[in-house]
Amino acid sequence: MRPRTSLTLSNTDRAMLTGDHGPAARLAMSIVTRMATVLDAPTLMDISAAHIDSTIYVGEAGLEFAERLAGMGARVAVPATLNVSGLDEHHWQEWAVPAEWAGLAHRQMVAYRAMGCEPTWTCAPYQTEWRPTFGQQVAWGESNAIAFANSVLGARTERYPDLLDICCAITGRVPAHGLHLTECRAGDFLVRLTGVPSGLQRDDSFFPVLGHLLGELARDRIPVVEGLTVSPSEDQLKALCAAAATSGAVALIHLVGITPEAHTMEEAFQGHAPGETHEISLERLRRVRRLLTTADSTDLDMVVLGSPHFSLAEFRQLAPLLEGRAKHPDVRFLVTTSRLMAEMARASGALDALERFGGTVTVDTCILASPMLPPDVRLLMTNSAKYAYYAPGLLGTSVTFGSLADCVQSAVRGRVERDETLWR
Amino acid sequence: MALILRGRPLVPGTALGPVLAASEPLSFWGGYDPRSGEIIDRRHPLAGKRAVGKILVIPLTRGSSTTTAILLEAIRAGTAPAAIVTTGVDAFVALASIVADEVFGMPIPIVALSNHDFATLASDDIVAIDRDGAVTVRREDP
Repeated sequence: MRPRTSLTLSNTDRAMLTGDHGPAARLAMSIVTRMATVLDAPTLMDISAAHIDSTIYVGEAGLEFAERLAGMGARVAVPATLNVSGLDEHHWQEWAVPAEWAGLAHRQMVAYRAMGCEPTWTCAPYQTEWRPTFGQQVAWGESNAIAFANSVLGARTERYPDLLDICCAITGRVPAHGLHLTECRAGDFLVRLTGVPSGLQRDDSFFPVLGHLLGELARDRIPVVEGLTVSPSEDQLKALCAAAATSGAVALIHLVGITPEAHTMEEAFQGHAPGETHEISLERLRRVRRLLTTADSTDLDMVVLGSPHFSLAEFRQLAPLLEGRAKHPDVRFLVTTSRLMAEMARASGALDALERFGGTVTVDTCILASPMLPPDVRLLMTNSAKYAYYAPGLLGTSVTFGSLADCVQSAVRGRVERDETLWR
Repeated sequence: MALILRGRPLVPGTALGPVLAASEPLSFWGGYDPRSGEIIDRRHPLAGKRAVGKILVIPLTRGSSTTTAILLEAIRAGTAPAAIVTTGVDAFVALASIVADEVFGMPIPIVALSNHDFATLASDDIVAIDRDGAVTVRREDP
């Protein structure tokens, strides 16, 4: 377990490290170079964009870090989008967020904006104008976004943890390491779907379940998936990536025929043989689907959609399911999304359809990043594997996983109802 | 009897304490409460255990990129493990300690072990960690 290489720095890197570019760049470069040593990277390399996950307010230490950097005059060197914050900046008072907590979370938003970041406030930055392109080297935080950027867009990012993402954005440099390098992007093992009906594969509840299983199998390795008989939508791929990056440390999934650098199995494995093969049956997927539900009754307090943040396409898919119906008075119905998508959904009429149904939206944040849910919300239902995975631990709620249509039907009835036809 | 495992010090430092070990990865976000130091991921084998002052031995962290921020809060609040031992290099855990060092001057030791050495550690072993990455296991003779 000894380091293999020593780190060689450029003249600019060294100048930053000695403080020639100011105290913020010095601190950021010190952290980047120490991480490069931990990772055995021989050099640093340039990035052309970043996505900053450090915006999520989790406590005073993270806020102190952000305000220290901002106070030193830190500015990002590349375009840097911002992940969700702890607050819906203009509507948090409508929820149970304590005012004191809101003040601290807001200071964190102010600090990151002051560094010149783009106020996108979304965990789906790939569905904004800053969507990266094939082969682009970026430093992205937020696990679902990392997996999507690598697997669906073919952009190149390692898994950037909170606090490092902003240091990379300030310096414009990252350790030359891992998924930035072609040779580190080869698939490790094969996952083959066998006998999974196309009807199920088209359903939106299939992709979170498959993703959850991929994350469990992969841990931090790169799975190659063969046997999809359908062409998934972008939002289905989003759900798959989010689920896999929740149950495992997955940053890249090669979906043969979909991932831009995995047209074939051979390309996905870069000519190597798969380390192992997992045959995935319908029965195995059924077992995973059951794991995503912790509730032991059909009682229901709230349906929540939008992790990752709901897209315009998802609003448009939801709207016809709501037409002429209304949610049960005892059940809340919430969609979490970005400001941009909420505005577009308003313009398209889909947001009006949601409001006629009795639903609401929250922007900038989500139920996991903000203490927004009132304490009487104990029983959740969602179509998101990420919400289903984290809600019991972070919020202490029980959760039922279902399809989008199941979620709407349950909200109308006031109790959990799932259509089991496709899963039989 | 003392068993000495030669690890790589990702963040050097010294610590002494009882081991809390699991073979399952852990996400600190949603899995670790920085107010209490308790492991709260109900799907994790260490759920309900407090890691404050313990040598936390886990294979790697899982999922969320917020893991680093949670661990930084715990270090700052004094609710972090005394040290963390992983199998292989876990960048998320190392980063939290590096930032704690750079910003607050309070790192915790982070040591990477080989798979073989990692598997020899068990909960309730008493372990000492040295700056050079040596992990000394003190076990009572039977």
